[in-house]
Amino acid sequence: MPNSNTTSGASIELLNVTKQYPNQDQAAVENFSMKINPGELIMLVGPSGCGKTTTMKMINRIIEPTSGSITIDGEDVLSLDQNTLRRRIGYVIQQIGLFPHMTIAENVSVVPKLLGWSKEKTAARVEELLSVVELDPKTFLNRYPKQLSGGQQQRVGVARALAADPPVMLMDEPFGATDPITREKLQAEFLRLQESIGKTIVFVTHDFDEAIKLGDRIAVLGPKSKIEQFDTPAKILANPASTYVSSFIGEGAALKRLALLLVGNTKMGAASKAHAKAGTVKVSDNLREALDRIVLAGGNTIGVQDASGAAVGSLSIEQISEALGADVSALGK
Amino acid sequence: MLGKYDLSTIWQFMLDRVDEITELTLEHIGVVLLSLAFASIIGVGIGLLVWNKPVSRSFAVASTGVILTIPSMALLAMMIPVFGLGWVPTVIALSLYSLLPIVRNTVVGLREVSPAVMESATGMGMSKFRVLMQVQFPIAWPVILTGLRVATQLAVGIAAIAAYVAGPGLGEYIFKGLSMLGAIHALNFALVGTLLIVIIALTFDAIFILISRYTTSKGIRA
Repeated sequence: MPNSNTTSGASIELLNVTKQYPNQDQAAVENFSMKINPGELIMLVGPSGCGKTTTMKMINRIIEPTSGSITIDGEDVLSLDQNTLRRRIGYVIQQIGLFPHMTIAENVSVVPKLLGWSKEKTAARVEELLSVVELDPKTFLNRYPKQLSGGQQQRVGVARALAADPPVMLMDEPFGATDPITREKLQAEFLRLQESIGKTIVFVTHDFDEAIKLGDRIAVLGPKSKIEQFDTPAKILANPASTYVSSFIGEGAALKRLALLLVGNTKMGAASKAHAKAGTVKVSDNLREALDRIVLAGGNTIGVQDASGAAVGSLSIEQISEALGADVSALGK
Repeated sequence: MLGKYDLSTIWQFMLDRVDEITELTLEHIGVVLLSLAFASIIGVGIGLLVWNKPVSRSFAVASTGVILTIPSMALLAMMIPVFGLGWVPTVIALSLYSLLPIVRNTVVGLREVSPAVMESATGMGMSKFRVLMQVQFPIAWPVILTGLRVATQLAVGIAAIAAYVAGPGLGEYIFKGLSMLGAIHALNFALVGTLLIVIIALTFDAIFILISRYTTSKGIRA
């Protein structure tokens, strides 16, 4: 599993960044400014063509900004050598782009080799990373990309981006091309991974539900990468800044918010055997799951258990509504 | 007359001339290999230089294509005043003819590499040259090798005509046979020359299959 000497995230600041392509009337990205704290996972969400990918790709200069400044930990990105810069930034794209003629081990070793790591150090790192992304090194080291499923390839893509332990990761719809079941699994794994490595991540997606699930903060972007709202998932769901943002959230904002709240953090009623009979949830479940259980229990109050299965309280539909209301008023302050 | 031809005389014919036939065969193989070496260096080089430049690319493929449309006899004849007779005009002509398949396949192979693969290579901090040599070229290799294979077949065949400018190789036997048609052994000369050229072509092809097998990464082998 991830070791303790992992490099944690760096801060990123974009200031008045503009990308204007020649022969186009409108800028692709206009005056984009954003401050990202070390270790934050920032989601850029918006419809296709809004400039979110362009914005992200200016950070590692796959696309050169026309004007503005970008700094990582205070260091001006535009004054650095492009290749030196990119070796310090993990990069994962939707099509993954594994090198088909190289084995999995060789694919993951690319950046360490560019940085001149010793063979032993590189080999040890590759094995470690494959374990981190839950691929058995013995089985996969010498396979070729075409012998892997889409989900496995995407795991290798993440491992390859993490190879040289970069403080910053850029991810462009990394799970977009996988089936829903694989995607959920990859998302859950990715969240767990990020908890232990604490990289600063800029993550582009057009899927708002993915943004809620993964992001520390979400930037909802309009045309020309204009920031419509930049806040935590809970606050965006509770107080969308405009009708544009609301339309992006879509139906069921309350249900989406419930998914962000844990049973354990909710005011509960007293435990009783009768409630437990109707149905039970764990303290680690979210309120959306609790509501699901209540609906199945005919609207009756259900019991709450701790991790060991002992009854610790009960939860009614009123308490769930209250949790949403309380959450809103707490956020208002 | 063909009616009078006795196939059994061909063995004695070959045994009588085994030294000469061996020499011509080796010359034929030599001139093809030499021309191919020049054509590969020039052709793959041109391909690497122009694959991503639309104008130069079209120009390179079109002009090497034009060379291939010049009748070989005419091209060889045109070279006599400048390069004289023998090996030099032959090697130059064969190299020129081999260029088209090599340049075209190099360009096609390099262009076929998926943009996602190129972007992730660039995104990891590989220089343009590194991307070209460590990512694109190995992925394009099977296609480039096919170009070399086609060029070789072309050169083996056209080399026969080089005898016209007193060039090396088995063409000498074919021309000799044709010029003495009706005489004893006329057909033997032509047949031996032709058969050996076919055998050389098939052998080269087999060698290319082996090279392709051992130099193409398992990850991209069909």
